[in-house]
Amino acid sequence: MILQQIINGISIGAVYALIAVGYSLVYSVLNFSNFAQGEILMIGAYIGFFALTLLNLPFSIAIAIAMIGAGIVAILLEKIGYRPLRLRSSPLLYFMISAMGLSIFLQNFTIVTIGPNFRTYPPDVIDTKPFSIGGVYIGRLDLMIFAITVISLMLLTWFIYQTKQGTAIRAASYNMRVASLMGINPDWIVSIVFFLAGATAGVGGMLFGMKYTVYPWMGILTIKAFIAAVVGGLGSLPGAVAGAFILGITETFVAAYVSSAFRDLFSFALMILIIVIRPGGLMGVVTQEKA
Amino acid sequence: MSTYLQGILILAGINLIAVLGLSLLTGFTGSFCFGQAGFLAVGAYVSTLITMKFNMPFPISLVTGMMAAGLISILLGYPTLKLKGDYFAIATLGFSEAIRLVIENLDKITGGARGIPSIPTRTTLPLVILIAFIATVCIRFYVISKHGRNSIAVREDETAAQSIGINTFRYKQISFFINCLLAGLAGGLLAHYVGFIQPAMFGIIKSTELIVMVIFGGMHSVTGAALAAVILTALPEILRAAAAWRLVAYGAVVVFIMVVRPEGLLGSWELSWTSLRILWASLKPSLPQKR
Repeated sequence: MILQQIINGISIGAVYALIAVGYSLVYSVLNFSNFAQGEILMIGAYIGFFALTLLNLPFSIAIAIAMIGAGIVAILLEKIGYRPLRLRSSPLLYFMISAMGLSIFLQNFTIVTIGPNFRTYPPDVIDTKPFSIGGVYIGRLDLMIFAITVISLMLLTWFIYQTKQGTAIRAASYNMRVASLMGINPDWIVSIVFFLAGATAGVGGMLFGMKYTVYPWMGILTIKAFIAAVVGGLGSLPGAVAGAFILGITETFVAAYVSSAFRDLFSFALMILIIVIRPGGLMGVVTQEKA
Repeated sequence: MSTYLQGILILAGINLIAVLGLSLLTGFTGSFCFGQAGFLAVGAYVSTLITMKFNMPFPISLVTGMMAAGLISILLGYPTLKLKGDYFAIATLGFSEAIRLVIENLDKITGGARGIPSIPTRTTLPLVILIAFIATVCIRFYVISKHGRNSIAVREDETAAQSIGINTFRYKQISFFINCLLAGLAGGLLAHYVGFIQPAMFGIIKSTELIVMVIFGGMHSVTGAALAAVILTALPEILRAAAAWRLVAYGAVVVFIMVVRPEGLLGSWELSWTSLRILWASLKPSLPQKR
């Protein structure tokens, strides 16, 4: 029974990890949290859904389209909502308000155009029958979610640590101004970062949609991913992944053994506890703001 | 006056009271509060329960609701206001979602998701206008007082404010406390006007509407926010046909304001006799000057 809960926790933790990585990536370069991430996830889920149902594409192509589509939407959002503020070096508050505006717009635009109803992914996309190993049921879907998450995160790690663009991103996350003096185009870096964050969110959205359903306000799920990123330390990619799995597993245990109603309450309590004890999160560094 | 018009005015007044605190907290102190509806819910439920279970007079139940919301602001503000704005925004959003879950699950006391029907209606138009007027005047005087100017310094640059000896954490906490008192008051008035409350009334949409009013009216203007509260409460009534597109437009307008004119409709301009006289003078055709 305990093992079963751990597996369920890992499954939901994997989806959180995909989204939390996006939060941390944007935070590490731009020092603010892109709160419109949730809506990018929702758009990714819808793109994947329509690619499968309307266009009858195979699963692997649908997930690639969802990834690229969500990535492009993320770049567009950055260009529309954040870039003008970035150029003016506006206070953090304006970024948060702009993010909220983008979220409200996308969410309600989806409700008005596509409709507010819940949609389920077609059941014949993949074999979802669970199989059991030693009395523990493992859903094929859960296994696949875990595998896709691991592959995506490995690709992301490879990109950031092995390529030239990745090196530029890491340089920008240390100091954007110095990086741009070294000939790195900040706009280009920010676009890449938003594309990566959007793409991982798109995959996360599609996986979440397959496990549960797709609906216009599913973006609210990313609050959990944000909590995971905070628990692991905002700005740290390994921290985000670790935080996501910690949150996923503990949350599942609370739901199973205490009460499912208090699951979300527990998550917020965990976040507040972490920022009281260790404001930088598990693997983050506490930065002192300087003038 | 028709009851319909009276109803709109009462709702506008209640929204105005809730928006005033938000204007102080977000507009003047610079802490982005995304969960105003949660504090409204606390005020509404506490005051309703005091009225219905203990048969207390109206003023006592209103004040108890205010105090309950204020108490929560202290508990929630203590760990989160010390840190960067991201954490506070998410903590308030998380709180408002969590409080809704708690209300839904405390079936015996709060009636769960079905809500509490037949609350004695005690909120009258003159009372709402009186409270709204007093609150506007108080907030306006607070903002131009020493403490208000300290809060503005916190918004403009926290590090600089700290270096000239302002206790930034304390001023953020005071603003948050006042905001929650007003939100609790508005919640109590709302419950005793509508005569029925349920958790669904205090969702994210309500929080969004209130914060949009602040942004729309002018982040640095008390009367601007108050004016926006009245206009944005009445506008949906006039534009009933376009109800579905209302939130889409809100989102677009918020991003537009942040990109083009972050200070909002009135900017830092206040509606007062002096400013009206100056406006009048500038509109008058200037007379030829005597030699």
